[in-house]
Amino acid sequence: MKGLNKIVNSYEEAMEGLTDNMTLMVGGFGLCGIPEGLIQKVADTGVKGLTCISNNAGVDGFGLGKLLEKRQIATMIGSYVGENKLFEQLFLSGEMEVILTPQGTLAEKIRAAGAGIPAFYTASGFGTDIAIGKETKNYNGKDYILEEAFPKADFALVKAWKADRYGNLIFKKTAANFNPMIATAGKITVVEVEEIVEPNELDPNFIHTPGIYVDRIIVGKFEKRIEQRTVKGN
Amino acid sequence: MSLSKEQIAQVIARELQDGFYVNLGIGIPTLVANYVPKTMEIMLQSENGLLGMGEFPTEENIDADLINAGKQTVTVIEGGSFFNSADSFAMIRGGHVDLTVLGAFEVDQSGNIASYMIPGKLVKGMGGAMDLVAGAENIIVAMTHANKHGESKILKKCSLPLTGVNCVKKVVTDLAVMELRDGVFHLLERAPGVTVEEIQSKTQADLVIDGDIPEIVLD
Repeated sequence: MKGLNKIVNSYEEAMEGLTDNMTLMVGGFGLCGIPEGLIQKVADTGVKGLTCISNNAGVDGFGLGKLLEKRQIATMIGSYVGENKLFEQLFLSGEMEVILTPQGTLAEKIRAAGAGIPAFYTASGFGTDIAIGKETKNYNGKDYILEEAFPKADFALVKAWKADRYGNLIFKKTAANFNPMIATAGKITVVEVEEIVEPNELDPNFIHTPGIYVDRIIVGKFEKRIEQRTVKGN
Repeated sequence: MSLSKEQIAQVIARELQDGFYVNLGIGIPTLVANYVPKTMEIMLQSENGLLGMGEFPTEENIDADLINAGKQTVTVIEGGSFFNSADSFAMIRGGHVDLTVLGAFEVDQSGNIASYMIPGKLVKGMGGAMDLVAGAENIIVAMTHANKHGESKILKKCSLPLTGVNCVKKVVTDLAVMELRDGVFHLLERAPGVTVEEIQSKTQADLVIDGDIPEIVLD
């Protein structure tokens, strides 16, 4: 009996149904809190023409950088290119479509997608290139632009710390970032976790993401690469 | 003598007040954390989901799951908290952050700021900067006064794609402290040994010089 048991035992099963031209939302901030094994699986399947919604696109050769290398991403929606040389190159050459979105607006467009809110007004980006073609409105003397929620993603790829078999999740420190919103916004939400615990081990008072949002859970192994290793005295 | 990056940070730290929640951008703004007076209690907000950012960790305490918005490994202070990105930007857009310090390529006298891309050349992305400038009441820009060719970055009108409009209040550069009031920059202080004439020559924007301009005094 499967019932509410969301646990799957292979990456094959975790990403079953993934095809070309799908939209993926992928959790993480830089390399912190990314579903490493799920991204690797997407790379291994070789699917093409993806739209990826993620704050960053990893670094050269790691995280979503793996999908950039294999030219699997047709459109990247994120807030920060940063020091990712390949990302910058694909953007500037026009080889990949890139839609830069303010980080807070990105988070809210994902949150709204999961919460059934079709659009919202925000001051972020008013008067900038981001606002071109968007409806504006003035409330109490301040200008806002209308931002639409994303459509639900075909796959939402999430990294969490602990889960139970019901899909209740808790995140660790700043590895939460975009993951909790992304978990709510997938047609199929797949969560890669460090550890699956018995249901009674997670205190219902401290669940970050209730299991209703989650479809599949897999235990992953994480390298947790650090982008800017900084210690005291630097 | 123009101010070093550390000295710019030190000047900005004078704006801190006891009990403030502060967001510091990447680059010079990050250095402001080194000059928080010992007598003050403030909390640093990092938009990736951390309130109460502490100092860098020791080698033994490095945690890949605990970083700041610059993706550097950090620590959390007592009283700190973690939250997701939507909550983080609710704090920012909702006006709960008392002071925002960020860098820029250009600012202009309409209070506009450009900081995220140079078309055809450099793409960094806006990250959280558009949300920060739209949400904050109190914004200080930390930057160099001119580029390496000596061209002013304090302009009548920004030439690069904007990060935000009508939001800059105060600018601290390696040469001067300026405040934007009624569509014009006012020179408040000058770096030690830097003349008003030099500042004027490196400022393309209109600049009001009212009486004697004091030198910045650093502890």
